[in-house]
Amino acid sequence: MAKTLYEKIWDRHVVKNLSDGWTLLYIDRQLVHEVTSAQAFDGLRLAGRTVRRPALTFATLDHNVPTDNQAVITDPIARVQIEALRRNCREFGVTLFDLGDANHGVVHIIGPELGLTLPGTTMVCGDSHTATHGAFGALAHGIGTSEVEHVLATQTLRQKKSRTFRVEFTGRLTPQVTSKDMILKLIGQIGAAGGTGYVMEYAGSAIRALSMEARMTICNMSIEAGARAGLIAPDETTFNYIAAGDRPYAPRGAALEGALASWKMLTSDAEAAFDRTLTIEVAALAPQVTWGTSPGMVADITGRVPEPDQVAGYHKTDVENALAYMGLAPGTPLTAIKVQAVFIGSCTNGRIEDLRVAAAVLQGRRVAHGVRALIVPGSARVKAQAEAEGLDRIFKAAGAEWRHAGCSMCLAMNPDQLQPGERCAATSNRNFEGRQGKDGRTHLVSPAMAAAAAVAGHFVDIRTWN
Amino acid sequence: MTPFTIHNGQLAPLDRANVDTDAIIPKQFLKLIGRSGFGQYLFHDWRYLADGTPNPQFELNKPGHAGASILVTRNNFGCGSSREHAVWAVAQYGIRVIIAPWRQHHKDRLPGFADIFRNNCGKNGVLTIELSEAEVDRIFHAVHTQPGLQATVDLPQQTIVLHTTPEQTLRFEVDPGLKQYLLRGLDDIALTLEHEADIAAFELHHDVQCAGGR
Repeated sequence: MAKTLYEKIWDRHVVKNLSDGWTLLYIDRQLVHEVTSAQAFDGLRLAGRTVRRPALTFATLDHNVPTDNQAVITDPIARVQIEALRRNCREFGVTLFDLGDANHGVVHIIGPELGLTLPGTTMVCGDSHTATHGAFGALAHGIGTSEVEHVLATQTLRQKKSRTFRVEFTGRLTPQVTSKDMILKLIGQIGAAGGTGYVMEYAGSAIRALSMEARMTICNMSIEAGARAGLIAPDETTFNYIAAGDRPYAPRGAALEGALASWKMLTSDAEAAFDRTLTIEVAALAPQVTWGTSPGMVADITGRVPEPDQVAGYHKTDVENALAYMGLAPGTPLTAIKVQAVFIGSCTNGRIEDLRVAAAVLQGRRVAHGVRALIVPGSARVKAQAEAEGLDRIFKAAGAEWRHAGCSMCLAMNPDQLQPGERCAATSNRNFEGRQGKDGRTHLVSPAMAAAAAVAGHFVDIRTWN
Repeated sequence: MTPFTIHNGQLAPLDRANVDTDAIIPKQFLKLIGRSGFGQYLFHDWRYLADGTPNPQFELNKPGHAGASILVTRNNFGCGSSREHAVWAVAQYGIRVIIAPWRQHHKDRLPGFADIFRNNCGKNGVLTIELSEAEVDRIFHAVHTQPGLQATVDLPQQTIVLHTTPEQTLRFEVDPGLKQYLLRGLDDIALTLEHEADIAAFELHHDVQCAGGR
């Protein structure tokens, strides 16, 4: 019988179909961070349980860490949480990529970098952006802390099979339009709950043409449409990424050759049936900017802030509330919206290619007066690479701040926060109320669009700007 | 986990769609490493004014809504972050049941709850109930008409009885596996560990680099 990629990975991991209609699914890799793990390790201790496969479990510190000086954690509550993860990793034998480690970074950035993320594997993390790893054809689920504990104790997850949703992106992107614009467009079209209950598979010529890093941006934001996971079938681009460079946990030599033979079978069969399909043509796709407080509240940069009763998928009152929070009037051209802050980073857009794009925009230019721009690499490796290429000097010369790796202003658990009323062009993934700081106003955009907004002081159409 | 069988409690309305987990529990409270004490921070930025006093405009602070244990809200509740702290805050505030509507959008049925949040609720003995928009509208109408309205949620019978005059009964669907799990208040790790031999047998032949052709 013809199978989808999701069904193939699922079938490889079924430990047992349980009598209650749920399946015990084997988990190949668990990634752990400080914010959603402490209570899980406590649960193990209370029940006298151990981590079943510590060698398949990897931890990092990313959510609450400062990005200016990582040698000193001044926030005493954050310090307790950081120390708890260090202690738990020591006690349970889990590898930790600590602050200062050359492999430290945001959990979804370092998984691929280190070769932990491999096609056909199942991965979990107590973080909704775990879908990122699906760019390699890995089935990657974000889970809650109870499930983190369950996987630590059993190396399995109780799952029900999801429905499948194939999105085909056809055509070719025009210059300066990116994979961030593709995923924002999709979320705008299907809504912030349009993917709930589904595993998404992204396919088509426009996906095949993307680099691994650009694909990760798409899979990363699957959760912003509510999806259980996002998948892209692995291909030569994937295999070249894994084979190249220093990826200490990826197979090498004969093991890699053997793995490649198996990974090449990881595609949806031509006759496989999906529960839902959608095609999006990208040739005419414009850069996207969110204007509201839900990722589905998004428009082309050439557009305007909509009338509250003109937004598909949202009730009028919800749009009115969003516009009141955002301080925007219907009919305002998006290019007229001024920003006071710019954030370039996060597991969505904190990789080296993102920083190169931002540097290309900022080279020889200055961040506008009254705008603060924060550039936060996704990992210590990304930081080192950017500095080797001289990108940090371009950022600093432009008047932007260059930081250490961390989640930073994506969720603003650390000191990197918006002030009330401050408006930000952000390359991150959520424009929720208060996400980047209480009463802060977030507009989600691509790295190129964020960098250009930093220079202009307002949103611009990067395709025609200067 | 506390078993869930029949719950009698007071309804409270939260008439907003797409309520995300950042709103349910803002990030500053995620630094706590215990499992308790989150109830006081539920909906923090909506619930309290800048000086820390209750915001009288917020639905749950309005007269008749204090002490509610059944929350009725709109679609896509609990979207966003996977933080289970959101469900701990809900449960520790005293909410045992959340009701939200599924929604028809073109040809698709958009669920009332985000997946990870709904799943986290199940792990913490909080019952999530999906009804049609018309049914949820009825509940909103009833609770707006009669603040402090009581209801009985019967999981074995899969019914909600609104104690209006006359009473109104609504039926709901629930996953059979989840129903058993909630009714018995089971520890799912202990349940899974009963399959230890199956897990060990699976591991014997499984390649975690997925280089094997199972």
